[in-house]
Amino acid sequence: MIEARAIGFRHSADAPWLFSDLSFALDRGQTLVLLGRNGRGKTTLIKCMAGLLTPSTGAIDRLGIAGYVPQNFAPAFSYSVFDVVLMGRARHIGLFSNPTAADRGKAMHALDQLGLAGLAGRSVTTLSGGERQLVLIARALASEADVLLLDEPASALDFRNQAVVLQTLRRLAAERGIAVVMTTHEPTHALQIADRAVLLHGDGVAEEGPVSTICTESSLSRLYGMRMKRLEDQAGDHRTEHVVADYASIVDPAMPS
Amino acid sequence: MTTSVETGRDAGVPISGNALAMSGLTLLLLAAAIASLSIGRYGVGLGDLATIALGWVGIGPGRAAVPESAWRVVELVRVPRMLIGAFVGGGLALSGAALQGVFRNPLVDPHVIGVSSGAAFGGAAAILLGLGAIALWSMAFASGLAALMLVVLMSRKSGRSSVLMLVLSGVVVAALFSALVSLATYFADPNDTLPAIVFWLMGSFASATPERALYMLPVIAVFALPLLLIRFRINVLSLGDEEAEALGLKVERTRWLALCCVTGITAASVANSGIIGWVGLVIPHLARALVGPDHRVLLPASALLGASYMLLVDLMARSLIPAEIPLGVITAVVGAPVFLFLLHRTQTESWQR
Repeated sequence: MIEARAIGFRHSADAPWLFSDLSFALDRGQTLVLLGRNGRGKTTLIKCMAGLLTPSTGAIDRLGIAGYVPQNFAPAFSYSVFDVVLMGRARHIGLFSNPTAADRGKAMHALDQLGLAGLAGRSVTTLSGGERQLVLIARALASEADVLLLDEPASALDFRNQAVVLQTLRRLAAERGIAVVMTTHEPTHALQIADRAVLLHGDGVAEEGPVSTICTESSLSRLYGMRMKRLEDQAGDHRTEHVVADYASIVDPAMPS
Repeated sequence: MTTSVETGRDAGVPISGNALAMSGLTLLLLAAAIASLSIGRYGVGLGDLATIALGWVGIGPGRAAVPESAWRVVELVRVPRMLIGAFVGGGLALSGAALQGVFRNPLVDPHVIGVSSGAAFGGAAAILLGLGAIALWSMAFASGLAALMLVVLMSRKSGRSSVLMLVLSGVVVAALFSALVSLATYFADPNDTLPAIVFWLMGSFASATPERALYMLPVIAVFALPLLLIRFRINVLSLGDEEAEALGLKVERTRWLALCCVTGITAASVANSGIIGWVGLVIPHLARALVGPDHRVLLPASALLGASYMLLVDLMARSLIPAEIPLGVITAVVGAPVFLFLLHRTQTESWQR
């Protein structure tokens, strides 16, 4: 569905590499999580995958339509939820044309899929953070996206809304074969919903692989520069995995980066 | 399932709410048009007006049934003036609404991209050189376009043009051309060309003739039509360049198409009737309060409301006092307080920043 071949990125010829020689492939219905500290290139990588930025080296092949969900959504005008989802149809509508009844039907269907039909007439500026994320995912569905690219979809959400958004993504991947790529600051998200993960260590170093083998305690500890621990939890026959951080383990608290 | 919420602004407002608003605006325009044909120094009764209108299409007694002077006033003076007023007002309001969407900024109007000042300079230069109406018109138009080209060049330094660079370049170009207009008035003959320039700049439809309407209206229509057709794209564009691009829009191309149309409309209206401020800023806000922020509805609503507004302003301009008041004066005197009121009322309702 989406394949990166030896891609690298730096902002200019004399800037340091954010990542380099990074290759991975994602199939239909698979989920990829991008992990890394602030400024290590998560957003850059996801924008490269969305075609909004061009990698400095290598190439990304994508089959089908990318549905990009930005980290911040603050429209200048208080459009209704329906108007926003309808804008997902833009690529299917000619320059001098306007949405038809069929386009409106597809937008409404996308809202229905995420259980948002009741919000259609609401102004987006009045929505909660979780509702906004779901509306943007609905917009991507309305655009008939085959790959969903989400930049920190869960960062500003409470635990409950994080679960709603993550489970929605999981369902879309499983039921509709959509490939999902998301960035997050929470490695637990990778363990619970992702098939694969990219760890962006900075200075051009990046590794990619199946979550179970790549998100080890040692590589996560290296990624965040502090002691990270993987925990298992068994509730009945439901087993979950978590990552917890030892906040006291950072080497030099005076050096944020 | 799909249509009941189509463009509803708030939960429970069905599409018929907007249909109602649009019909209301159409009726308002019709009433304003009839008033502007009927009222004036030489009053023409509604009955006579109806006879004249029917006479044009060959129904009824026609020319024989109304005083010849009434027929001539309506046909040669009032109708061209009404049509030009409606097209200028509608065009400016439409331009303002489109620009506010394109620039994602509700405080933008056609003056901000420098086109008004550019066209004003061309027209002032034509008057200064003692050239005729056609030359004035084409020079204003050409220098309006030149102003846009300058803005394009200045804002595209790094290959792409950001909204911020566009607005800043527009401010610079507007300031430059305003200075050139001042220079032209400085050199103008105080007995002759100076008042001509000053009165032309303050705005008036007094120069309306059937011939002028014949070349004025098609020009505005040609630029207004594409703007109305891309109104859904303006919605998408208003989300910001990156998001619009991610949604499959050719951002630069769409934006320049919109800017060129706005330039055409603005230059044409400045060339004809000077700088009429505030219409492009206030009317879109008023329309947004009526029909909501969706540009698919907002653009036609702004055009209708702007046309009605301009007809009423022109009516005031030529009937409040014996002499004609410059239009720019009235639109500013009316526009400023209305805008202030709208800012207070709608800042959390229909746009947020």
